Amino acid sequence: MAENLEEILKRIEGDADLIQGLLAELCAHIKEPLTLMEVCGTHTHAISKTGIRRALAGKVRLLSGPGCPVCVTSDADIDRFIELSRMPDVVVTTFGDMLHVPGSESSLANERDQGRDIRIVYSPLDALAMAEREPDKEFCFLGVGFETTAPAILATVAEARRRGINNFSIYAAFKLIPPALRMIAAHPDLAIEGLILPGHVSAVIGSEPYRFLADEFKRPCVITGFEGADILQAILMIADQIKEGEPCLEIQYKRVVTKEGNKAALKIMEGMCDVKDSMWRGLGTIPESELKLKEAWKDFDAEHKLSLPPMEYKETADAKGCRCGEVLLGKIIPPDCPLFAEACTTSNPIGPCMVSSEGACSAYYKYER
Amino acid sequence: MCIGIPAKVIEISGTSGKVDYQGVKRETSFLMLPDVKVGDYVILHAGFAIKKLSEVDAKETLRLIQEMVRVEKELDG
Amino acid sequence: MKDNVIGLAHGSGGRKTARLIRELFLTYLGNPILERLEDSAELPSDRGRIALTTDSHVVYPLFFPGGDIGKLAVCGTLNDLAVKGARPRFMTAGFVLRAGMKIEALERIVQSMAEELNKAGVQLIAGDTKVIEKGQVDDCYITTTGYGTLEHDKTFAPERIEPGDAILVSGTIGDHEAAVLLAREDFGFEHKIESDVATIWPLVEKLIETDIDVKAMRDPTRGGLATTLNEMASAAGLGMIIKEQDVPFNPAVKGTAELLGLDPYYLASEGRLIAVVRKDDAGRALEVMRVEQLGKEAAVIGEVREKPEGLWLETLLGSERPLLTLEGEQLPRIC
Repeated sequence: MAENLEEILKRIEGDADLIQGLLAELCAHIKEPLTLMEVCGTHTHAISKTGIRRALAGKVRLLSGPGCPVCVTSDADIDRFIELSRMPDVVVTTFGDMLHVPGSESSLANERDQGRDIRIVYSPLDALAMAEREPDKEFCFLGVGFETTAPAILATVAEARRRGINNFSIYAAFKLIPPALRMIAAHPDLAIEGLILPGHVSAVIGSEPYRFLADEFKRPCVITGFEGADILQAILMIADQIKEGEPCLEIQYKRVVTKEGNKAALKIMEGMCDVKDSMWRGLGTIPESELKLKEAWKDFDAEHKLSLPPMEYKETADAKGCRCGEVLLGKIIPPDCPLFAEACTTSNPIGPCMVSSEGACSAYYKYER
Repeated sequence: MCIGIPAKVIEISGTSGKVDYQGVKRETSFLMLPDVKVGDYVILHAGFAIKKLSEVDAKETLRLIQEMVRVEKELDG
Repeated sequence: MKDNVIGLAHGSGGRKTARLIRELFLTYLGNPILERLEDSAELPSDRGRIALTTDSHVVYPLFFPGGDIGKLAVCGTLNDLAVKGARPRFMTAGFVLRAGMKIEALERIVQSMAEELNKAGVQLIAGDTKVIEKGQVDDCYITTTGYGTLEHDKTFAPERIEPGDAILVSGTIGDHEAAVLLAREDFGFEHKIESDVATIWPLVEKLIETDIDVKAMRDPTRGGLATTLNEMASAAGLGMIIKEQDVPFNPAVKGTAELLGLDPYYLASEGRLIAVVRKDDAGRALEVMRVEQLGKEAAVIGEVREKPEGLWLETLLGSERPLLTLEGEQLPRIC
């Protein structure tokens, strides 16, 4: 028996006998093919990386949900990021995944190739440090992320105010997971039998905000960690719930996720942000699904500080015939979309499921053709 | 969404400090984990520690997995 | 060319690079030797076979843990000769320097080149320097051409690879790119990762001296192990399978990759050898490599098979996943 936490984590992460044993158990267990959704993009990655998708082919169909924040950011937001990057003396700082996501006519990668000052950072705190070192420029951090990331970026804003660093701002476009799941679950065509729920969003918000999925919509759901063993165990737990006919909310990732989440992080979000309706790429407008900075923080709000014109809601990907919305609902598989592998490819993505390196369309494009 | 790495806390001063993951160390903010101690494992995300890992619960998860696998082996045998 | 402007992806070593080479350079400069697109060109000569190769080096920063652009410019070119089985003999170098670059920095770079050349017994026989205006380049770029001789009658080429052959690497993967990435970007990581940049000829020479049947060799530079093996598999028209558990990684390199959300199989090395050898010779090849300091951590990581084509990774789960050629550049991600 593993004694300390480090050893336990190593076993869960890398014990081949254990993982292969779990896989065998799962394969023996599942009689009827299941269709599940992994909500979180990091799960999508892990599922591909560990080979789970392929190992479970014919047993479990895993659909990728809306859980990649950069992919669901709307064209309208991206166009405004690009506008920011074109302003003189403005340095746009961002996580790397935002770079290749297309707006209506360009992407940040494209702008960077043209010489705009766009810098990739590991942490928003690093962007703040850059602002402190280069006081003649305005450093704008692109606040894209879910409940995991929002508190980190917001805490950085609070830190900027505390330290009097006034050439730092964020573009707040934080999306919230539970409202998106409500929209998906409420969809009449939903073909999903169970949900693998995000581990790190839940580390912050706790388990309770998902309760409605089991209570109202009768969907089995399990909050899951990111190792192969975690994901396989979670699928087994969902399969058990389906067999018993008792959908409920369970936590597999107990070592990190609690019922109440991280109170300090929740307080930061509540104190600094208002909840607004939001446009999601591929899904449309979802009520009360975005955090925007409160009036009291407008000096750090790039939209206000850099006088961006009001947002024009447009969804060009839909206009181009993109059917990612239906892919996300499990209504169609990627090859059913007329754009798939024709107009929409991994090097020239149109919809969110192709934009994400491990989105459903991207996964089909790379592995299933 | 949200890559998080279980890193070990090796230094604390005020609300920040350092964590170690596989020999790679990084300055980390503990603003969201006020009660953290040196030696704890935390989930590191974008330069912030967002949650402390529970050893008791990790052990329980491992035990459950081992049990599932054992059941499988017995059936095989 | 479909693209209008050169972007960073054209230099990433992935598909866009391949397209640029095919659709632009080969269109104008193509000939049967260049079109083979190998690490170095084997030239006919009445005094035996010679090999020739050229490479430009644009690494930033110029100095990084474990090396600098000078050492890299020598090793990169000599390694391209070595993997074709050619003993490196001569080299030429062209420098493009920015006005304002410190002489002291240039001196350090040239010293480091001399050191590596001396170690390899190679002479620099021609050179060129251009200086351009401030703001146009980042301090210093170096283009090197290497000349080597093949003093044996063996041929190392992907066409010789057969199903069943074993795939070996001489050491840990990705150290170079991890070291450079962390030196370049302001990610705030403290680490002890050093670039693996080194001349691999001593290792190759030892292998050639034996009767081990080495089919083909490469060094996993841009695009990393995954991209290089893909190129070998595709040139051979065969498939390759490597095992996750058997590919050697420095834990800190793997840790860095996990922190930044990068796939370590795509991180470049600059002092590593990939050798595909006849299955029965794998054990001996491993012994030969491990005797050398450079090959201490050598490992058999997989094998060649008929089908499916392309490169595959057997994961811990016992499942297989494709490892495709690098598409564009790898960027740190949060999801």
